[in-house]
Amino acid sequence: QHGRVKLKSTAQQEEEKRKEREKKLKIYVTARDAVFAKRKNGMLDDEALLLTQQLLSSNPDVATLWNYRREILLHLETIREEVDVQKMYEDELSFLESCLKVNPKSYGSWHHRGWVSARLPRPDWTRELGLCDRCLSLDDRNFHCWDYRRMVVKMSGVPVDQELQFTDRLIGSNFSNYSSWHYRSTLLPLLHPESPDHSHRVCEEQLLKEYELVQNAFFTDPNDQSAWFYYRWLLGRGMYCYVVPPLPCLTVMCPYFPGRSVSWCRDSATDQELFRSELSVEKTSVLQSELQSCNQLLELEPQNKWCLLTIILLMRALDPLGYERETLSHFQTLKEVDPMRGAYYGDLCSKFMIENTILKMEYAEVRVFSLSDKNLTTLCHLDQLLLVTHINLSSNQLLRLPPQFAMLQCLEVLEADNNAIENLEGLYHLPKLEDVSLKNNKLSRLSDLQPLASCPKLTRLDLRRNPVTQLVNIESELAELLPSVTDLLL
Amino acid sequence: VLHVDRRSYYAGNWASFTFNGLLSWIEEYKVSLQAGPSDEAAQEKVEEGEEALALSSLDTSITNVEVFCYASEEPEEVEEGVKDGAAAAWSVPQTPDSEGEVERCLLESSSVEEEEADEQQASPSPAESQPEPKKQITYTKIVKEGRRFNIDLVSKLMYSRGSLVDLLIKSNVSRYAEFKNVTRILTYRNGKVEQVPCSRADVFGSKQLTVVEKRMLMKFLTFCLDFEQHPEEYQDFSVHSFWDFLLTKKLTENLRHFILHSIAMVTPDVCTVEGLRATQHFLRCLGRYGNTPFLFPLYGLGEIPQCFCRMCAVFGGIYCLRQSVRCLVLDKESGKCKAVIDSNGQRISCSHFVVEDGYIGLDQRKNVDSRQISRAVLITDRSILPSDSEQQISLVTVPPVEPGSPVVRMVELCSSTMTCMPGTYLVHLTCSSSGSAREDLAPVVSRLFCIPVREEGSEVPSVLWALYFNMRDTSAVDRSSYDLPSNVHVCTSPDAALGSDHAIKLAEAVFRQLLPEEEFCPPAPNPEDIIYDGEGPQGEGPGFEEADPAEALPSQGEVESAERQEEAEDAGETGDVAKQETVAVAENEPRPASEE
Repeated sequence: QHGRVKLKSTAQQEEEKRKEREKKLKIYVTARDAVFAKRKNGMLDDEALLLTQQLLSSNPDVATLWNYRREILLHLETIREEVDVQKMYEDELSFLESCLKVNPKSYGSWHHRGWVSARLPRPDWTRELGLCDRCLSLDDRNFHCWDYRRMVVKMSGVPVDQELQFTDRLIGSNFSNYSSWHYRSTLLPLLHPESPDHSHRVCEEQLLKEYELVQNAFFTDPNDQSAWFYYRWLLGRGMYCYVVPPLPCLTVMCPYFPGRSVSWCRDSATDQELFRSELSVEKTSVLQSELQSCNQLLELEPQNKWCLLTIILLMRALDPLGYERETLSHFQTLKEVDPMRGAYYGDLCSKFMIENTILKMEYAEVRVFSLSDKNLTTLCHLDQLLLVTHINLSSNQLLRLPPQFAMLQCLEVLEADNNAIENLEGLYHLPKLEDVSLKNNKLSRLSDLQPLASCPKLTRLDLRRNPVTQLVNIESELAELLPSVTDLLL
Repeated sequence: VLHVDRRSYYAGNWASFTFNGLLSWIEEYKVSLQAGPSDEAAQEKVEEGEEALALSSLDTSITNVEVFCYASEEPEEVEEGVKDGAAAAWSVPQTPDSEGEVERCLLESSSVEEEEADEQQASPSPAESQPEPKKQITYTKIVKEGRRFNIDLVSKLMYSRGSLVDLLIKSNVSRYAEFKNVTRILTYRNGKVEQVPCSRADVFGSKQLTVVEKRMLMKFLTFCLDFEQHPEEYQDFSVHSFWDFLLTKKLTENLRHFILHSIAMVTPDVCTVEGLRATQHFLRCLGRYGNTPFLFPLYGLGEIPQCFCRMCAVFGGIYCLRQSVRCLVLDKESGKCKAVIDSNGQRISCSHFVVEDGYIGLDQRKNVDSRQISRAVLITDRSILPSDSEQQISLVTVPPVEPGSPVVRMVELCSSTMTCMPGTYLVHLTCSSSGSAREDLAPVVSRLFCIPVREEGSEVPSVLWALYFNMRDTSAVDRSSYDLPSNVHVCTSPDAALGSDHAIKLAEAVFRQLLPEEEFCPPAPNPEDIIYDGEGPQGEGPGFEEADPAEALPSQGEVESAERQEEAEDAGETGDVAKQETVAVAENEPRPASEE
């Protein structure tokens, strides 16, 4: 019929494609065999260059071929004039460009490009930067390109401020980009150092600008974590520099001499700074206003976990005791909105609660440490509890008393009822421990109680409502294991 | 498919013109179209049992054409000082509202060419010379570079997930055109042009919004993206207006402005769901091709109908320009159109006849819709909102500048869109008419632009040349409003909307009536999948020769001629159809959007 366009059937098209593929495969295999034969014979000539080029342009991921190419190029370099060498490497660069079009994430191509650029007698770094820009505009997370770009920047000495502008541009077009934010974090201390002595820190004026920039990001999209990560890095410039006081007596585990009393003391001069960051008045006001911004965001997004977590951290940095109640309620919300990370939040909350209790204790100079019914899931900072004589950890969610528990060298009385403790490895060589109450826990084997045997003064032990009490002969076994215990409750 | 057009160019009111082509178009609207052969001549071809139905020979769809030239009319070569002096002298009497200027510039009486010639003779008066740093663009220069302009009669943008883009992709017609992203959305607010933050990156980078506003805006937009999933948020407002809904959302005043005028682009009184749907459509189009929801075809919107014509021609459609249909031949018994008689008195049989509304005479209309679109085309010397890049394509939404005045949509095109010469911007203004185009749009032009010459240090762009006209808008006319045989299908004029959905929907509806069984605009096969049974010269020779008089497509520039050649050859393969039957049989390939 006239006027009707006749088309090849699908089967015809398939057949044609199949033939095409077969033909290509044949050419490929022939060329490959030829190349390997040449390499075996140590031929480093232009023909080999051409053959590898044919293969690599359809499959740029064969490292062996790139290696062979480098051997050839190195050889040709020795026998050619500089002008020709320049030309040879320039051709190599444009060939590489076509390979990168085939696979923009080819390890071999990018590595080879770096190698060629470094060997080029008169490199054109501007062109290379342009190439990177083009690649990054197509895929701003291409880490091969980021790597290569770092090399180009280093070799060509691009000024730091120009690089900062480059990150400005990338972040401006899409701020969900860890690479750009991270690059910024490496550039800022170079460009705006706080002082010559603190070259790893950023000066306050620039910090304020950065806060503004990153706030724009997390207000625009509070669920994007890249901005929050950068924000926490920025805040970290003022926050997490805990001063850990030197504790000379603890550097060596004190040997135990029977009959001799060991006294422990601690230099309390730095106590107030224990878990506090070293904040200048200015920094405090900056953090205060950051807290306000975050609270503003929380009002709009009461369920946002990144916002909640950042608020908690800011409160820690500003006034851990004053904000304790709010911190706890935020932790509660966090566990509800992000149940997948409930255990992480539980541990973090435990850590903060212990820190707070230690701070309070320091202020009061007491030697009793009580943290009952606080949902503790883990114990930490036990080194700070060196002088404690009475500790109460009842009604928490502890699973074990960790090895660090052995730091409590002055401990006399331990109450840890109503937990889920199944392991006592920390109750080890505690010279003054007399009274241990472990009611309603998960201790089930006699061997779990073994560490207690190393505590010489232990006289009272309460193991009621533990599975271990159901064992046969438990009483006699315990009497054998812990002869010093006179008051055993099962 | 036989396509005849009384004009010398394709696409009727959808066309785009070079600057000089536009001047000729303006001229055309002053001269009534030449009279065709008398009805008697046509009558001879009508046989027994048939009757003739005459089509309108006069196109009245364009009215109120007014042209103003503010650029200096000096030839370029003239010495700098002389030129500036002359420019100043020329511009003195031209305050926007002066009657004298209107008379002087109005092209109703004298053609541009004449006027220009007059000026060239009259003006050389080397008076006071003012050194001007920036070289001014003269009228002579615009005329000389006229081929660089592609000025659309209709100003629309393509929603990147709209029906036009979908159709271009589906049909492979997209291969005939190239597109650019609209780069920014602007709005006129509190006497200033501002960028509208609409994408995530815009919101992040916006300097005019506080962080809290950023969150509110993002939250609202995120909600709009899948508002159907949250009926509790809006169902109480189903009877209220979108504006009332926005008020309850605790959005600040500028956010409400941005959302209503620039994102939803609706009037405050539309219902909540419609406003939400418009916002959703805008947002869904974001990010497909770029940072705004819109695309613009290089060389202008007039390319799009031509691309469809080209595809049709490649597969055997025949195109005749400067040839009109005088009348339809109706079969008295069935009342159907069985043939047409063209302007040469030739009778052409047909089984269907597709015609543009402008050809339908008053007798065949049951009621008259008087809706109009007001249009202005400006050539300016700088962007409405200068930025780092000179090559910005901007959509500017202008809410009513005074109570009761129309909502105006403005599209500013830069030279890289291939619609204007370097150093200039082409600005299209569009609104639904309440008065003449100049009455509707001049208030906006005078607020946003300088006429005629910029004051020292002013950032406002100057208008070099301006055209106003009204176009009839018959898009709302229903098929049942025409008294025509059932196998005559009417395409209405372009509508005032920003997108092309109306035209696409209409084209598909007409196609469904022609060929209910066939797929609308199926993908065109790849050239390598076509079987040429007459492989070799024999298919190409005579067929191609015969197809040729059916008009080569209008030349758009040398660049494309090679491509066209190729297609003409493709067309040649099926060209022997043209040889055998010069008959309008609308059976094989449909023409999608169109005129007759």
